Amino acid sequence: MPIHDQGYRRYLGTRTPRGRAWAVIMAAGLRGFLHRRAFVAVLLLSWLPFGVRTVQFYAAANFPQMAFIAPTAATFRQFLDQQAVFVFFVTVYVGAGLIANDRRANALQIYLSKPLTRAEYIFGKMAVLMTFLLMVTWVPAVLLLFVQVSFDGSFEFLGSHLYLFPAITLFSFVEAAMVSTSMLALSSLSNNSRFVGIIYAALIFFSDALFGVLRVVTGESRLSWVSFGNNLAQLGDLLFRLPLRYSTPWAVSVLMIIVLVAVSAWVLERRVRGVEVVA
Amino acid sequence: MTETSSPGASEVVALDDVTVVYGTQAALTNVTASFPPGAVGLLGPNGAGKSTLIKTLLGFLVPDRGRLRVLGYDVSRAPLDIRARIGYVPESDAHIPGMNAVSFVAYCGELGGLPRKDAMQRAHEVLFYVGLGEARYRNVETYSTGMKQRIKLAQALVHDPDLLFLDEPTNGMDPKGRDEMLALVHDLGHNKGVNLILSSHLLPDVEYACEHVVVMDKGKVVAAGPIASLKQPHGRVFELRVKPSPDGLEPFLMRLLAAGLECHATDEDVMRVFVPGDRGARELFALAAEAGAQVRHLRPSVPTLEDVFAQAVGEP
Repeated sequence: MPIHDQGYRRYLGTRTPRGRAWAVIMAAGLRGFLHRRAFVAVLLLSWLPFGVRTVQFYAAANFPQMAFIAPTAATFRQFLDQQAVFVFFVTVYVGAGLIANDRRANALQIYLSKPLTRAEYIFGKMAVLMTFLLMVTWVPAVLLLFVQVSFDGSFEFLGSHLYLFPAITLFSFVEAAMVSTSMLALSSLSNNSRFVGIIYAALIFFSDALFGVLRVVTGESRLSWVSFGNNLAQLGDLLFRLPLRYSTPWAVSVLMIIVLVAVSAWVLERRVRGVEVVA
Repeated sequence: MTETSSPGASEVVALDDVTVVYGTQAALTNVTASFPPGAVGLLGPNGAGKSTLIKTLLGFLVPDRGRLRVLGYDVSRAPLDIRARIGYVPESDAHIPGMNAVSFVAYCGELGGLPRKDAMQRAHEVLFYVGLGEARYRNVETYSTGMKQRIKLAQALVHDPDLLFLDEPTNGMDPKGRDEMLALVHDLGHNKGVNLILSSHLLPDVEYACEHVVVMDKGKVVAAGPIASLKQPHGRVFELRVKPSPDGLEPFLMRLLAAGLECHATDEDVMRVFVPGDRGARELFALAAEAGAQVRHLRPSVPTLEDVFAQAVGEP
């Protein structure tokens, strides 16, 4: 039928199998953000440390006098630590409005009147944020590993650090999942994305500041679990087989991460509904 | 295992003893009703439970008691099968933020199960159908209220539903836009083979677009059936204007009620009086004389949906 026919007609084509709505939501979300120049600029900026590390690896591999900057497992851990600032900005930029804007525009009742579950909706939104977070953590870190191998001209480093790829992968995915679920939970609590961004930043800085005060008062770092970032840092040190930076047992830090994800999932379950019942 | 069956010819939606409670407030109380194929009006004053009923049918609300079936599917067991075959036009403004109209409608089509290319083609077609063809590349957030109502209809139609739920689709529209929206609804229900349930508190909207009506009041179904049948007189209707006695209109109204005659006010200065059975105008004159009121205007009238509604909800 030509496009100029302006009447309504029944659809006789095929339909996609159920369960793919999350991918539709993710694809639309990715397209939406990649059309924003400011966001693309943030993404490009987040790859600047990758460029610096590439130069470092090149120099270490090609100039014997620069051997002191040769990469170790700690180099990759430090790289992911440095990316934390970009993780923060990407999380606030992308995540704050993911559900808050839908709530403001009453879009949830549109979404949930379609054949998709609430879990698919949340997973689709989470996939948007996780994809961008992995683009600033996992992708450059894994590429760095390949860069190291290619500049070194051998698999010797990789062979002696076989745990690095799984460590990078596990740490990046845990970080992305923790950050995404907590930001989505905050986003579901408000209709105002700016407010969500401010609250997220406040929580991060407040928990860090609280730990700083407690550390001064107690004179030790056993209470590092009060800071969201410190729990992740402990897990990172564990995965990269480095000495733990705080005296908190790693199991406590892992437990705190699990608790944060569980609480976020509970909030999302309560807040993502087709209708808000105030009774 | 989900219960499925092809929608019977007799009903597209069936409710059996459905109760929905918000906290301590019952929004629906023991509602049993069936909606036949075609265009059915869901009529009732604000707060009657119409929107709650639709949201329960969509699975947004879980009933405290009772069973609901939509297109042959049990709502509690196969909500996704139902949502794949229905379209929903919500009462409040609703859109996906940051999208132009064609992207928004195509996106809804994809969410409804259409392949991306087909969804985009259908989006263009549906936007032309609802009268937004020229504005389809504008951001939805810049639309007027009337345009937002139309785009809500477009997103509900894009995946070609078998059943449309329209919750107050003419809210906020100017008279011309309202007429155009009702023409679209009428066309869908009568020429395009789409079953629809039109929830409204506006009698003319329902009367124009639907053949059947379910009337709700205070969370209950108070009347249901074909509009033509409900309008069949079970007695006679008169338009009546009286000059009251010095004691006021009250004595006359009390006498009407005592005689078993129902009386409803209208927007004008006349009242509509239902005289059951074979009783006629003579009785009205007699009652007026007894109450000391003077009959200034008395004319036989034809029952309207407004009369059905007024009788059903017991409006004074």
